[in-house]
Formats: sequence, C-alpha cells, structure tokens
Amino acid sequence: MSLLEVKNLQVRVEEREILHGLSLTVNAGEIHAIMGPNGSGKSTLSHVIAGKPGYEVTGGEILFRGEDLLAMSPDERSAKGVFLAFQYPVEIPGVATMNFLRTALNAQRKARGESEFSTPDFLKKVREVANSLNIPQDMLRRGVNVGFSGGEKKRNEILQMALFQPSLCILDEMDSGLDIDALRVAADGVNALRSPDRAMVVITHYQRLLNYIVPDVVHVMSKGRVVKSGGKELALELEASGYARFEDAA
Amino acid sequence: MNLVLAKTDALNDVFSVARDRLPGKGGIADARRQAFEIFARAGLPNRRIEDWKYTDLRALMREVLPLAEAPDAAALKRAGAALKPHAIKGARQLVLVDGAFAPDLSDLANAEDGLSIRTLREALEADGAQLQPENLSSETSSAMMALNTAMMTDGLVIMVAGGVALKRPLHIVHVASTAQPASMFTRSLVMLSKGASATLVESYVAASGVKTYQVHDALSLAIGDEARLDHVRLVEDGRDAFNISSAVVTLGAHAHFNTFAMTSGGAVSRYQAVIAVAGEHSRVETNGVNLLNGRQHADTTLMLDHAVPNCTSREIFRAVVDDRAHSVFQGRIIVKPKAQKTDAKMMTRALLLSDDAEADNKPELEIFADDVTCGHGATTGALDESLLFYLRARGLSEKEAQALLIQAFVGEAIESIANDDLREMVVMSAGRWLEARA
Repeated sequence: MSLLEVKNLQVRVEEREILHGLSLTVNAGEIHAIMGPNGSGKSTLSHVIAGKPGYEVTGGEILFRGEDLLAMSPDERSAKGVFLAFQYPVEIPGVATMNFLRTALNAQRKARGESEFSTPDFLKKVREVANSLNIPQDMLRRGVNVGFSGGEKKRNEILQMALFQPSLCILDEMDSGLDIDALRVAADGVNALRSPDRAMVVITHYQRLLNYIVPDVVHVMSKGRVVKSGGKELALELEASGYARFEDAA
Repeated sequence: MNLVLAKTDALNDVFSVARDRLPGKGGIADARRQAFEIFARAGLPNRRIEDWKYTDLRALMREVLPLAEAPDAAALKRAGAALKPHAIKGARQLVLVDGAFAPDLSDLANAEDGLSIRTLREALEADGAQLQPENLSSETSSAMMALNTAMMTDGLVIMVAGGVALKRPLHIVHVASTAQPASMFTRSLVMLSKGASATLVESYVAASGVKTYQVHDALSLAIGDEARLDHVRLVEDGRDAFNISSAVVTLGAHAHFNTFAMTSGGAVSRYQAVIAVAGEHSRVETNGVNLLNGRQHADTTLMLDHAVPNCTSREIFRAVVDDRAHSVFQGRIIVKPKAQKTDAKMMTRALLLSDDAEADNKPELEIFADDVTCGHGATTGALDESLLFYLRARGLSEKEAQALLIQAFVGEAIESIANDDLREMVVMSAGRWLEARA
C-alpha cells in the first residue's frame, strides 16, 4: 500500500477551482519534489493534505495508508503522522516554545494511545535535536517563533519534524527567505530525517533546494494539475527551459 | 408603586430590620443612618448613570435578600470544607463566613511584630476608635458604597507598623455558607505605615450547595510613604451569586501598589476601585482578567487619580467571554493639573469565544497637565484562525489549541503578579476554568 495517494483531487476556494483533478502517489522512503510557477496550486495541495479550513474538496480523495485523510481533523492527521512544514510559520506570543513542543508531542502521543513523555526525557530529547540544528536554548524559552528570523522559523519547523517523527513530511517552500547558509543547515536537518519508513514532499519554485535535498521523483504542476513527472534530472531541465512549455501543455 | 422603587423600599425594610443588630452605637449609628439616606435618595444604580451604563442594577439585581444570620455550627462546618481548595501555602488565612469573622477558621496566632489584626465589628463597637474618619464617611459619589456604610457588619482591620515587611501573605476569604438566600455586608481596612510592605489576597467562594446570595464588600487601603502592597483578588463565587465590591486606595510618596483582580465566578459582579496617587514618585500596576461563560455578567470599573507629579501607572485588562456572557471594563485615568511627568498607560483587550458574547471596553483619559506620557488602547476580537490551525496541525485538539491561546492571552495580565506562589495559584485557577470548558 502506498503511504499517500491523491486521486483526481478537485478543490475550490471561494467558488474558484484551484485543483482540477490532481493525482499523486508517494511511497514510504521516497522524496518527491513538486515544482511549478506561482498560482499552480502547490500550496493549496499542501494545505488540503494538512486539513486547513477554507478549502472545499469537490471531487477525488486522499488516502493515507489507505485511510480517508479528508475525513480526519487536522489534529487527527498530525497524530497519524502527517506533518506540514509551513511556508510562513506563525508567531504565537505568550506560548513558550518549550511548552508548545511538549503540549503538541503529548497530544499526538495521547491520540495514538501512547504514554506521555516524562519531563526529563522530553527535555533531553529537545536539547539533542536543538543542538544538531544549531538552535540556541534561549530560542526555546521564547514565544513560538516570536522575533525569530526567517531561518530560525524554518529551523524551528525542522526541529518539530525531528521531535514528532512523522511518516509524511510536506515541506512548503522551505527555501523561501533563506540565504544559502541557512538553507544548508535546514537541508542537513531534513536529510538527517530521511528514512525508509518516511516520505517527504518538497514543494519549491527553484531547483536550488533540490541540490541539497535530492529527490527521487520530480513533478511539475501547472494550473492545478501534475503535468509531468520524472527523475531528478527533470528539475535541471526546468531550470534551463522554464515553466512556459508545461503551462502550454496544461 | 413600580418595581424599581419596590427594590429600594425592600432594602429600606432590610435596613430597618437589621439596624439594631448592626455593630456600633452613637456616632456610628448616625453615620449608618446618613449613609442609608444617601443610598435611598440615589436608589439602585441604573443605566442612566454613566458609570453604571453597562451594569444596570435595577435590572440585574432581581431580588433584595435579608441580611445573613450569624453562621451556626453547620454553616461554619460547610465553610471550613470549602476553604481547602483555595488555601495559599504560607498565607495567614482570615475567614469571613456569611459576612461574619470566623475565628476558628482563621489564623491569628503568632502575629509578626508590627502586625495588628482586629475585626471591624470590634472596631465599630469601640465606637470606631482607631478608624480613620474617611473610612467611615459616607462616600456620596457611590450609592453602593453608601449602602455598604449603612449595613457593614464585619471585616478585618489590619495595620502594619512602619518599616515592617510582612513575610506571610494575608488571605481574606469570603465564604458564603448560608442555608437561606441572604446578603452579606463586609468592609476591610488595611493600613501600611511608612516603609511597610505586605501581600494581601482576597478570595470570594461559596460552600458546596450554597446558591443564592449577595456579597456587598468594601476595601479601604492606605499605603503610606515608601510602603508597598501586593494585592490579588479572586472572585470565584457560586454561579448564582451577586457580588458588588468597592475599593478605595490611597498611596503616599515613593509608594508601590501592585494589584491583580480576576473574576471567573458569580452571576452578576461589579468591582469598582478608586486609586488615588497622592504622593510623588509612586507606582501603580493594576491588572485584571475576566473569564466568563454562560450568562455571567462581570464589570470592572477602575478610576486612577494622578494628583501629584512624577508617578507611573500601568493597567492591563484581559476579558475572555464565551456563550452569552457579558464583560465590562471601564478604566478612567485622571491626570490633575499639578501631576506633571505622569506616565500612565492602559490597555484592555477582549476575546470573544462565541457570537453571542459581549464585551464593553471603555478606556478614558482626562488629562489636565501638559508634560505627561499617557496612552490607552482597546481591542476586541476572536481567536486567530491561522494560529489555531498551526496548533491543530501539530496535534492539538480544537479545545486544547484554544486553551493554549487563551492562556497566552490572559498571561500578560497575570505575569505582573510578583509573588511566585500567588502567580502560580492564579494560573491554576485560570487553568481550571479552561478545563471546565473542555
């Protein structure tokens, strides 16, 4: 069984159809890149998989390990192992990062019928992961993402990924707003999480990110559909020729 | 005769019946009579009086209840059982049951040097000796304060001598334990002499099974030069209770008043405080939180009077309003002509959790000096959907996500509480409210 199967997905936002029958199959252990110009529906796809309100699914289905993902609330999806690394992680003043991480981790574990982490075990684990991502302890005491730089916000997303150990990671424009050094740190963090049990869907405009996170499959999206799929060389081809000819194909 | 007059008349009956039981003769009895006349002329506050626009007692106070009987053994036993969840580690507990001081439930032993505690009843029966005249005078600007003067039965009179820093917090607990619907009239006075410091906590709670009652309380705080008072007030009354409380606070020079008030209980409540900053280089932090649901109505009305130069004040108020509840915050800052270099700020925010919830925020600045830094702000809104989604995408249920954001919302008002144990207690109390929602 595939980890994620998106079948003929049709999605509307306020009466406008954004996805017109999109299909995508992702197996455990694979890294898929989804590329495409602005407005092609890449972020919509990531939001619908994570369960963001405001999108109306008018056709098709999404199966996660064969289960109907669209019937689940966002927190149920999270507990099942779906993780969206946000393009723009929100700032939450007054909620200390450490408190947030513990509440989230324990909520997921509770939903899966697992025991809660003890405080010392939790602290040890967070420190380990934070060190590997160059996240200073001081950042963990601050409000979630409050006053963080763009790079720090993205690293905080990867910290959560490492802590929650999801089986499907969707990285929405992880490279936006990052300089080359920040990008490398973030990509190293992602690569450290590659595993035969885990799949990743990397959404990006640019080929650059894929030099650091090398995909198994590249999909090109245009006007709400996947118009071409291929190996990692497809990304290089796109970089050279641009999206225009795929837009014609759509 | 219409219903409005009927209520004032009913209070007249309550006063007539109770008068002979009220402590204090001679001058005190005269003061009570005069105060009642002031109240009777004004009648119950109603929406035509600007300060009471959002809390119309003629409409909200559905009945007039007789003065509570002195608690019997059964009432004291019920009250004792109700105290436990509200106890504060290390605090000196002073308990008023149905408006009467309960020595057996209170801790008067081993008073620190420089701490004097008496009951208001004792003080009144001694003809008010040692009471400052202004604490007994009829507060003509407030009908409810006048009513309190007429009817006050008991309370605490606490004095802290110059330079004495009390280590143990003083905890006045008002417990309603009456078997019959009744009203209680209490007044407490706390005086800190020069350089003294103390922590005062007030809790309003009900014994199990006690439903209908009315609390009428008044607090007079005199904070001397260089003195500091930390004050926390928690209204956790029963869900059918009515609580009208007034505070009159005066600060000397180089004094510090840090006060926090939270209302999560009661059906109808009003807390009105007048804080007079009368000495230079003094500082006031007055924060508050309303946590309301069902059909609760809670009104916090503050008046901060900057009469002298070089003082600072900060007000942070947060209201969380669910269901059909109604929160009112009125904050007025007056900066008198002489009060140059005043630095006064007030921020009030309300969070509405349902379409039927209502919050009225009324910040007012009246500035008569020209060299001041003053500001105020008010916002009302719902929880941010993008924050809720982020938390839910990380595994928190809808209620858990809301609870975390609500805690953060009220946190800014709570974090100014200086005493760690007290702050923790307030956080726990807010936590209980949030858990009850889930």
